[in-house]
Amino acid sequence: MKALPGTFDSRAAVALADPSLQKALKNFKPLFVAKRASAVAELEGFEQLRETAAAIKDAVLSELDTWLERYAAKVESLGGHVHFASDAAEAREIIREICRKANAKTICKGKSMVSEEIGLNEVLEDDGYKVVETDLGEYIIQLAKEPPSHIIAPAIHKTREQVADLFEQNHPGRPREETVAGLVNEARHALRERFFQSDVGITGGNFLIAETGTSVIVTNEGNGDLTQTLSRVHVVTSGIERVIPTLDDLSVFLRLLARSATGQDTECYTTLSSGPKRPGDPDGPEEYHVVLVDNGRSKMLAGRFSQMLRCIRCGACMNHCPVYGAVGGHAYGWVYPGPMGSILTPLFNGLAENYDLPNACTLNGRCQSVCPVKIPLTDLIRTMRNEQVKAGLMPASQRRMMSAWGWVARQPGLYRAFEKLGSKMLRLRAGRSGSIASLPGAGAWTRVRDLPAPSGPTFIDQWKSRGGQS
Amino acid sequence: MADASAARPRVGLLATCLMNVFRPNIGFSAAELLERAGCRVEVPSEQTCCGQPAYSAGDDDTARAMAKQVITQFDEYDYLVSPSGSCVGTIRKYPQLLADDPHWSGRAQALADKAFELLSFLVDVRKVEIDARYAGKATYHDSCSGLRQLGVKRQPRELLSRVEGLELAEMDDAEVCCGFGGSFCVKYPQISEKMVDDKLRSIADSGADTLLGGDLGCLMNMAGRLRRTGSKVRVWHTAEVLAGRTDGPAIGEEESR
Repeated sequence: MKALPGTFDSRAAVALADPSLQKALKNFKPLFVAKRASAVAELEGFEQLRETAAAIKDAVLSELDTWLERYAAKVESLGGHVHFASDAAEAREIIREICRKANAKTICKGKSMVSEEIGLNEVLEDDGYKVVETDLGEYIIQLAKEPPSHIIAPAIHKTREQVADLFEQNHPGRPREETVAGLVNEARHALRERFFQSDVGITGGNFLIAETGTSVIVTNEGNGDLTQTLSRVHVVTSGIERVIPTLDDLSVFLRLLARSATGQDTECYTTLSSGPKRPGDPDGPEEYHVVLVDNGRSKMLAGRFSQMLRCIRCGACMNHCPVYGAVGGHAYGWVYPGPMGSILTPLFNGLAENYDLPNACTLNGRCQSVCPVKIPLTDLIRTMRNEQVKAGLMPASQRRMMSAWGWVARQPGLYRAFEKLGSKMLRLRAGRSGSIASLPGAGAWTRVRDLPAPSGPTFIDQWKSRGGQS
Repeated sequence: MADASAARPRVGLLATCLMNVFRPNIGFSAAELLERAGCRVEVPSEQTCCGQPAYSAGDDDTARAMAKQVITQFDEYDYLVSPSGSCVGTIRKYPQLLADDPHWSGRAQALADKAFELLSFLVDVRKVEIDARYAGKATYHDSCSGLRQLGVKRQPRELLSRVEGLELAEMDDAEVCCGFGGSFCVKYPQISEKMVDDKLRSIADSGADTLLGGDLGCLMNMAGRLRRTGSKVRVWHTAEVLAGRTDGPAIGEEESR
């Protein structure tokens, strides 16, 4: 996917002024948070599971090449094919080639964030294939020609009314549906035909299991199952970091994933696929391919952000992020929004181009506190700011201010003098009113709020004059 | 560190930049509470800033320089205590910040180990008698740094439950950021405005006439927005209420009310 036009600021401004989006965000926010909290509370040992999951991921990541080789060998032994793609372009080419060889016309897709990351739909559509997203949320945004705004709820920014409008325009001959159940039914009807026509089914891979050569997808709609069992060819797109050693490990992650993502104990469908249809199998694909995408991940592994590769794409960080809750996912400009996106997007697409993302964060730590694999998201966001500073990307005005402040703060006498002066000036400005409604040079503060004025001379001055008595 | 629990430990009070300039009453309240908890309180007069603005901005070089200054000024004390979760949270990051510096890493760790946020110090480390009255219905905002970096949650509530006349009314989303975030609130004022307005709605829905918290930055953000929107909710740092120093104007309030 290409980055969205505009800047973070401009997209955020649009988001804040969009009443439909604000309504949608208001509806979704408490839902995910409260449901997760109660699902987590009901499972004893959730904290221990988080520790275990993080440890499994770290162990795999420390020997990722070995685990990938084991996984690939197992897949091949089951008759599947594993393709390694070093970047997005290579991944797209591999998948185009598979579709060409399969003589495909219709391509059904289950939800795959990697396919969004590599911009797959655009090239397949340009090649003339009929590409159908089958996850309800993805289907909605495909009709709307919009990018996803959330990694597990891609159309979370749309209200029911907007979906009804979209379906009315795109499903000619059907009466307008207004209820959620009616809309779901309508989508199901439209998609059902497509599943039967599908030549190539492309899904993501939540987990790849090395010991069994299995890819796992987790969905609530069953669309992934239809995509991969009804198509002649099944293509799994996945990041290289998704491999885990065993089925036992899978059980750890499955207990964490649904609870963290949607607050369910488990998703409706957890589907394990190992290779193509075997002789005697009643159904399944004739060909089974796994496209393992690096696209910067091995570089990430070697640097300060390797913990980011633990991510299982549950969306809990964005569900709990107050900034995401204010502006939604599109403000972040690319595939991955919210806290995880504020780290991933600069790594994938450039620190300079995405300067705002790690900065548009209050470092409040709520994301980090809910991450099922204990990624220190807040610390990594701060580390990203440090990388930006080291790359000379901090705006010159801010840099000058920071170094002047840093110098003064190391001259206690001078610092004291500035504090004294500031205190006096602010008190003069406020008079007896206790706060200041507008202040030259502090417009960004006073535009939104009054500035409470100092209530007297500085504490340290008063402390001294009282002889160190409270 | 000396066995500080038995005797009267020496506490160095970190006067946060905001407190020092905007709200000296919090400093005096903190000192009074610490003294009541049996501590000898000193305020190192050469102290400036813990380095949080630099650390948060990712300017590690400046943050390291500030950290060394704070370590030098405070390592003689039994404890460093400050009425701010975010400043103490920053000090707890010093060991990480100075990990590669053999001259400083040990001292950084030693300071981090004895640095405490005031309200948790008064419950977890030293016991304090609360002898205060406050007539009002208060709601408590959990400032993020104190809550998530330092685990400050039950301590302020426990202390407040001993204030005569004070009724505590929890708000929804007490643990959600108020939109301050240091420079965030001036870099992204529109988003900050949305966040603080969500917080104001939670405060209003709680029915409280008083807002309390443990970090002045957040309190100034919320108090400023409350003032701007014409709310009559009074805002205090928890230490002020616990020390019974609530005779004067609350944060942002006009004089001679």
